[in-house]
Amino acid sequence: MISLTSPVETAAHRWPAGAKLGFLCGATVVLFAVQGMLLQAVFLFVLLGLYAAPGRQFLRVGMQRLWVLWPFVGLIAVWHLITWDIAVGVVIGLRMITAVGLANLVTMTTRLEDMMNVVRWLCAPLTWVGVKPERIALAMALVIRFTPVLSGKGKMLTLAWRARSAKRVGWRIVLPFAVLAIDDAEQIAEALRARGGL
Amino acid sequence: MERSLTLIALFAALIAALGLIPKLTLAFGVPITAQSLGVMLCGTVLGARRGGLAALLFVALVLLGLPLLAGGRGGLGILATPSVGFVIGFPIAAFFTGFCMEQMPRMQVGWAAGISAALGGILVLYFFGIFGLMMMLQKGPVEAAALVVAFVPGDIIKAILAGVITAGLARARPASVLSRLQ
Repeated sequence: MISLTSPVETAAHRWPAGAKLGFLCGATVVLFAVQGMLLQAVFLFVLLGLYAAPGRQFLRVGMQRLWVLWPFVGLIAVWHLITWDIAVGVVIGLRMITAVGLANLVTMTTRLEDMMNVVRWLCAPLTWVGVKPERIALAMALVIRFTPVLSGKGKMLTLAWRARSAKRVGWRIVLPFAVLAIDDAEQIAEALRARGGL
Repeated sequence: MERSLTLIALFAALIAALGLIPKLTLAFGVPITAQSLGVMLCGTVLGARRGGLAALLFVALVLLGLPLLAGGRGGLGILATPSVGFVIGFPIAAFFTGFCMEQMPRMQVGWAAGISAALGGILVLYFFGIFGLMMMLQKGPVEAAALVVAFVPGDIIKAILAGVITAGLARARPASVLSRLQ
């Protein structure tokens, strides 16, 4: 399955994932502490510079992913125009775009394996309460493997529906869909047991 | 043990797949994402603990950078968007749905599932969702609630469907509806 990591190789791809996440936490705290409009504008400007640095394609994909925020930006704009509280509105809007953009930047420059290693490291203390990190890793791998499988089966169900009905595909396919998921789960459990179990 | 793990994983995959299926027209011609229906089903079918874990697994993978949220969204940026509360609320909503389901062992499956889905998937989920909006947009509770009230009718339909579907699953695969097995 396609992850959100950018195929455009940047220098940041090679930085340790833990450090990037740590920096992201710190930077987000700073973003939310700073109230000045000018500073927030500078932050956003720096962020846009970071997006532009690896080249045009990286910038274009990054901006597309920020585009989902426009309803919220529009909402804040309308709201603060009505309440005539424009300075506060500008700060909220700038901060939101910068915070989401910065986090997206970490996602775009960190491979899934590197993220998984951080999760494994974070989950290590759970061994003390009897949770095995390998099981969490197996569960994650199963989800990654079976999401495309299930969604393929979902598409088959919609095709089957369209072949038989002139109406639009409705909620009725969710029941057989869930049955398929349950059957898959039972069969994988059996296969795991047959191979020695967990 | 194996069954618990695979059911948790496959229900997490089901939440994701329900978000990937292009526009499922639920009722009255309103195209809504079926993703939160998946969260409700986690609770009504798998029960509190396993259902909550399934939704938690889904959210963890979204944050790690898989584009599994409806519309192909994902990544750490979700934590800074105004809709963060709804995503973070998924596991808690699934857990609470399952918890309610387990408190009503004598009621008919469909009714119990519908009521549980409404309590967990609407009441609890919106609580977190509205809280997230308040934090991110710096608005009061009433203003934040006003922003999401338009989605409530769609979610009421989803809760009813969760009831109908869970009742169907209890007939089709009774051994797998873990919320009803003691």
